[in-house]
Formats: sequence, C-alpha cells, structure tokens
Amino acid sequence: MDATLPRQTRLRALRTDYFSTRLDTLVTLGFGLLAAWVLWSLFDWGVLHAVWSAENREACGHGAEGACWAVIDARWRLILFGLYPFEEQWRSALACAVIVLTGGASCAPWFWTARRLAALWVAGFVTFYVLMRGGVFGLTEVSEQNWGGLSLTIFIFASVTLLGMPLAIVFALLRRSQLPWIARTMGVIIDAIRSLPLLSIMFTFAIVLPFVLPGWMIGDKLHRVIAGYALFFACYQAEIIRGGIQSLPGGQEEAAQALGLGYWHRIGHIILPQAFRNALPATINQLVITFKETSLVVIIGFFEILASGNAAYGNSEWNFAHVEVYAFVGLIYFVFVFALSRYGAYLERRMAVAER
Amino acid sequence: MISLLRQKSFRDTASQVGFIGVLILLVVTFALTAKTNLDAQGMTSGFGFLERATGWGVSFSLIPFDTNDTYARVILVGLLNSLFLGAISLTLATVIGIGIGIMRVSGNKMAELIGTVYVEIFRNLPLLLQAFFWYAVLTTLPRPRDALEFGGVAFLNGRGAYLPGLNVTGFSVFLAAIALAVTVGLWLWLRSARRFARMAPHIKKAWSRGLWLGWAALAVALLWAGRIPETPLLSIPTLKGLNFRGGIRVSPELLTCIIAISVYGGAYIGEIVRAGFNAVGKGQSEAGHALGLSTWQTFTRIRLPLAIRAVMPMLINQYVWLFKSTTIGIAVGFVDFFMVISTSINQSGQTLELIAILMGGFLVINYSMAWVLNRVNDAIKLKGTQLRT
Repeated sequence: MDATLPRQTRLRALRTDYFSTRLDTLVTLGFGLLAAWVLWSLFDWGVLHAVWSAENREACGHGAEGACWAVIDARWRLILFGLYPFEEQWRSALACAVIVLTGGASCAPWFWTARRLAALWVAGFVTFYVLMRGGVFGLTEVSEQNWGGLSLTIFIFASVTLLGMPLAIVFALLRRSQLPWIARTMGVIIDAIRSLPLLSIMFTFAIVLPFVLPGWMIGDKLHRVIAGYALFFACYQAEIIRGGIQSLPGGQEEAAQALGLGYWHRIGHIILPQAFRNALPATINQLVITFKETSLVVIIGFFEILASGNAAYGNSEWNFAHVEVYAFVGLIYFVFVFALSRYGAYLERRMAVAER
Repeated sequence: MISLLRQKSFRDTASQVGFIGVLILLVVTFALTAKTNLDAQGMTSGFGFLERATGWGVSFSLIPFDTNDTYARVILVGLLNSLFLGAISLTLATVIGIGIGIMRVSGNKMAELIGTVYVEIFRNLPLLLQAFFWYAVLTTLPRPRDALEFGGVAFLNGRGAYLPGLNVTGFSVFLAAIALAVTVGLWLWLRSARRFARMAPHIKKAWSRGLWLGWAALAVALLWAGRIPETPLLSIPTLKGLNFRGGIRVSPELLTCIIAISVYGGAYIGEIVRAGFNAVGKGQSEAGHALGLSTWQTFTRIRLPLAIRAVMPMLINQYVWLFKSTTIGIAVGFVDFFMVISTSINQSGQTLELIAILMGGFLVINYSMAWVLNRVNDAIKLKGTQLRT
C-alpha cells in the first residue's frame, strides 16, 4: 500500500504547507512579503543604522534613521538596579541570579515534593533577601526604599508567590469544606476579590489599610502592597487548585476514606498531589500573568524595572529614546515570561504522554 | 466538655461559628479603628460629599461636565468613560482575536507562523509596558502641520487622531446605540426562543431582516432629527492655523488605551479561538465537504459557529478580565473610573467612601457583564454531543 502513495519529499511538503491552492499561494505571498518588509525595516533600524556606544551619542536624536542603543549603554545600570547604591549593585545582580537559579532548580523533577520545593524556595528567598538587605556578614545595609529595577520586580513576584501559594491551598480547602457556611462565605469572598481589578486592590492596601488597621499592624507600604497582591493571587490560584481537585475521580477520596485515612492524610497524600498535577498548566499560566502584572506597582509609586525604564529616558539628554528603552525592558520581561510559558507547554506535553 | 468535642455535629457548628465570628470580629475592628482615626483627624464620614462641587475638571467626558458639577457627576463621568473604553476595546480585541485564531488554524504555514509570532510577542509583555510604549509613540508623532494623512479625511498627529464625524447631538447617537442594543436582543430572542422554533426558516429570515432594516431606518431618522442646525451633516477635520478643526478628535490617551487593550486582548482571544477550532472534530468539516458544501460554507456554517460555542465560557472569563484591565487608563492619564476615584480621594480626602464606590462599581459591572454573557451562552450553547470527536 505504501509503495503506491507518492513519496513525501521536502519539496512536496513545502507545496502542501504553503502553496496547496491558488488562494493559499496568494496568502503565503502576501504574508511573506509583509513579514519580509517588517523584518527588513526592523533590521535596518535596529542594526544597520543603529548607534551602539554612548561615546558617539551626537549621532542619534530626533530625525536619526536608526536605533539609538547608546541610551542602553549609558543607562543600563539605572534600568536594572534603580536607585540601589552604585558600589553595591553586584549584590543586586547576584540576588537576581540566585532567584533565577532557584527557579531553574525547581524545574528538576527531583525537587517535586512539597517539602523539597518549599525548602528550596525558602532558602533561595532568604539568600536573596540577605544579599539585598545586607546588615549582616559585613554587607552594608540597604533599606527597601532604595531597592529598584529588576530585583524589585523579582522580589515582589517571589514574595507574592511564596505567600500566595499556601494561602491558595487554604482557600481552596475552605471553599470545598463540608460545612456549608464556611464554604459559602469563602466562595463569596473569592468571587468578590476575583472580580475586582488588581490595581484597585493594591491601591486599597497601600492607601486605605493605614486608616483601618491599628498602628502596630500597618507596616511598610511595599509590604502592604505585596500582601494585597498575594491575596489576589491566592484567590485566583485557589480556583485553579479547586478545579484540579474537582477533576479527580470521586473514587480517590472514597478509597482513602475506606482505608481509614484521616482528613489531613487524605488531603496531603491523596488529593493535593494529584490535584496539583492536574492544575499544573493553569498554575504556570497564572505565574506568567502574576510576573507580568508586577509592573502595576509603578502606578502605586514603586521603582521597579518599568519605572526605572521610564526614568532612563525621562531627562532632556535621552528624551527621544523611548522606543529603545521599552524594547530593552520588554526584552527582559519577555525572556522571563517566555521561558516560563515554554516550560509550561513542555510540562503539558509531558503529562499528555504520561496519560496515554 | 470532652464528650461535647467528640460529637461531630458540635464540632461542625463550633468551627463554622468560629470562622464567621473571626471574620465579623475583623470587620468590626477595622470599622472601630477607622472611626477613631477619622475622629482624630476631624473628618466627617458619610456620602454627603457627593453633593459638593468638585472644583476640578476632566479632560474627556461623554456627558457635559464642568468644575461646578458635583462629585456624584464626576464619578458617573468616569464610569461612562470606562464602559466606553471597554466596549470599544473589547470589540476590537474580539475582531483581532478571531483574525489571529483563524490564521493559526488556517493550514497555511506562513499565516500560522505570523499568528504565532503575534501571540507570543503581545501576550508575553506586560500590558502596562505596551501602554507606555504606545503612549510614547503616539505623543511623539509629527506636529499637526505634518500630520499623517489617510485619504484626506482622517489624520494622525502628536495631538491625537482626527476622524470624520457627524454634526449631530450626542443624545441622538446615544438613542441610536440603545436602539441597536434592543435590536440585537430581539434578534437573539427571535433566533433562540422556543416560541419561534416552529416558524418556517424563510419567514424567520424575513423577520430578522425586517428587524435590522427597522433599526437602520430609526437610526437615520434619529441622527437626522438630532443634527446641529446651520452646519453640514458630515464634518471632516481640516487644518486651520496650528491645529485641526471639525471632525472627531480621539485624544492620544484614549487611543493608547484602545490600542493597548485590543492588541493585548487580541492575543489572548486568538488563543481561545484557536482552542475552539481545535475542539471541533475533523469529522465535522469532512461531513460538511461530503454534503457538497464549499470550504467557505463549511467554515462559516459549521466550524466557526461550533468553535465559538465551544469556547464561550472561556471567552466570558476573558472579557471580565480584560474589562478590569481598563484601569491602566490612569497610567497614561485617561480619565477612567479608577482615575476619577483616585483624583477624588486626593481632592476630597473621603478615602473609605470612595474606595467603597470603586469596589461596588466594579462588582456591579463585572457581575452584570458575566450574567448577560452567561444568558447569551445559555441561549446559544450546544445541546447534545456535537463537540465529541
């Protein structure tokens, strides 16, 4: 049978993929020309006519034909580290590297138990915090007001995730509680918070909480914003975990009950591990969104990487170079988010294979 | 005591009472602390300030507003602006998303590649970054004299976009929009209600055509009745001196929000639409071809309707989520609901009341949007097993 079929050559594959009908050919040529034009203009602007070094800054400015990467050359430290003291900026860079390594390590299956993962992240986060804050081991102290740039973005993201994840598990279990009043109240709270914009929650925690909290509980503005964000994250993540739990066959819990396991054993050993496995793609997606939305703290007045990017071109010397600065900041976000979402897609494929 | 604790029913009641009690205690503590703090600062609480004049203006408003108007009215202005921005950008995001989704399942590798690149770029960058970027680009466009021209009727320059408009009162446009909403509602009812299920298809078609023609006639009549006297009906922007006169001016702030939200939302909706097409089994379109339908007919009559129905619940969540993102208006200075509340807090100091209005407003909008869309979903969703592959 195979012998009678035409052999699948590369040329033939090209033809079916791109030129199978007249309309297809037209579409391919149209989009191909468009793509070629966009790519060429970008290459022409970003490489051929670009100014690369801050020394020949006169070559760029209004009316220049190419990109002015000189602004990155001159301002990259401000963008990456914000107002962190100049001599100590290696600490900020090292701290970011620690978190990236922690993230990389948690992709390894060896760490995929609740205890190991928690230990890894707490260790990574403490190292990050000690490096950034200083005050011990002969490091000079740098208060959180002076943190900025990429390390502030990473700090907010990591603390929101670390605080929000356990909270999300608690919320999900409360919402699935057998006791009607607890389940119903939790449902109302979660749904209400989910239908509010993140910005309004951050704003409320930053501005309103000092009014309604007793003095000793108020704390730093940054910590309050992180607490608000963690609450928001927990409500979304709780629904994801609940979805994971509900997708389990009911027999799992019944079998555990029949074996005489108590509530905590059932939850900790039977339900949650499988629920997390089912909810993994959605969880990664939520982490991606959480990382991107850390940028909203700019509006509350924090100096994370987007704000330091604004500051980098916000003076008379570089005020024309907004596209270049946003391209640089965007690239940094893109690297983090793209890596995370590719990893999510890889996990999804892996799980699909495991289920077959 | 111990024996009481052993009883399941007692433990259950106790933990529920405890849970609710802690929550109530928390709220009461907040309220009492707020009262002491406010008393210490000598501020009056309550919603009386809504009647006071604001003393400050807004740069964009759909209803007449000046500095003598009240706080209640400025909040209404912000709310209407947010709804306006949401309606435009969600519609555009849907159009972009369907386009991108179709490109990604079209079978043409070039179109798929471009769709993928679009989604990966715009979905993986923060919305706020995109908004800042578009704002910087739009405000550094050439001066009005060197404006970019589109066919001599529309212009784009550093002060915004200038589009041809009609010289009619806003009220008649508003009435025409209401009539459109009513027509869409009637049309959906006609299509889905059991009452019309036995009507012959061609009569049904005639009815729905009549419905749309009726709306068009009404809209023309309304616009004609509402035209501003002594001016031509059509107003085209023209360069007079240093700036454009006539037509509709879309400020860079509004334009930024529209572009940013629809481009970003388009990437997400594109992914949802793609998932919808993938949920429609191949057998469906093969059956369509076997019945002699053309590729276009199979696409518009079988694949697209099934795909949209398959992902309707996901789309509803996405719409609610995208509407919440209209709050980025404050980052570029578009006067949306959030920005109005934030400015009012700065000006009047009535923090708690204004935050309550903000939260209440968003809860009402999002719940009613989800409710309406869920009704639409109930009306059009598939009965039976057509999506099984």
